[in-house]
Amino acid sequence: MNKDEYKKLVKKHIPQENRTGNAITAFLIGGFVGFIAEGLIEVIMNIFSLNRIDASVWTCLIIIFASSLFTALGFFDNWMSKAKAGLLLPTTGFAHSVSSSALDYKKEGLITGLGSNFFKLAGSVILYGILSAFILVIVKVMISG
Amino acid sequence: MQLIWSFIIAGLFCLLGQIILDNTKLTPGHVTSLFTVLGAILAFFGLYDKFINLAGGGASTIISNFGYLLYEGALSGYRSSGILGIFTGLLTKGGAAIVGAVIFASLVTLFFKPKD
Repeated sequence: MNKDEYKKLVKKHIPQENRTGNAITAFLIGGFVGFIAEGLIEVIMNIFSLNRIDASVWTCLIIIFASSLFTALGFFDNWMSKAKAGLLLPTTGFAHSVSSSALDYKKEGLITGLGSNFFKLAGSVILYGILSAFILVIVKVMISG
Repeated sequence: MQLIWSFIIAGLFCLLGQIILDNTKLTPGHVTSLFTVLGAILAFFGLYDKFINLAGGGASTIISNFGYLLYEGALSGYRSSGILGIFTGLLTKGGAAIVGAVIFASLVTLFFKPKD
């Protein structure tokens, strides 16, 4: 058996991921999260007569709280893997990464465990978010003065 | 109408993320960071405002919104107090997500044990 034949054989036995299915799942679940968020914003705006900006911050906090709670209750990890990117890209993914690393490293101590691993996964979002925002604002300021 | 646009915009972001995940070697960590930076870039070109106006909650739940808020915070900081304002203002709008995540994750860690 030569190399090419071997590669073909290996390829045949690698489990094929259903990419179209994944994409549709991600679209539907991500869309559903967006739908819920907009619904919450409108409900909060009406009940507490807040403006849209405040209502969307409250909604963001509610979603973060819900995903932290669901992560702690144990079933959110399962949802995350089933929903593909549908729960990863909304704020739910950010909150899940923080609370799951907090829960996992709790037993290793408050400083060396919880403290130093708290932003283990979310840290890159914060780092690159701040860096890119900073650089882009500098560029913007240099262009438009 | 905004509810439908929320569904479509949030869905499209996630669809794009899933396509990147499936067709490249990037991990979920890469993709979330990428989308945060993408949010700041879209804000730079004035496009993210349009998503927010169109879709409201659909655009503001996606992680790209975090990049957008950081950019907006830094820019309004610059407008009110110059270069120093970029440093002091950067986290003013996006900070709620970080503080929220810290407080709620600490709260649940206090009351729950990790499940295997």
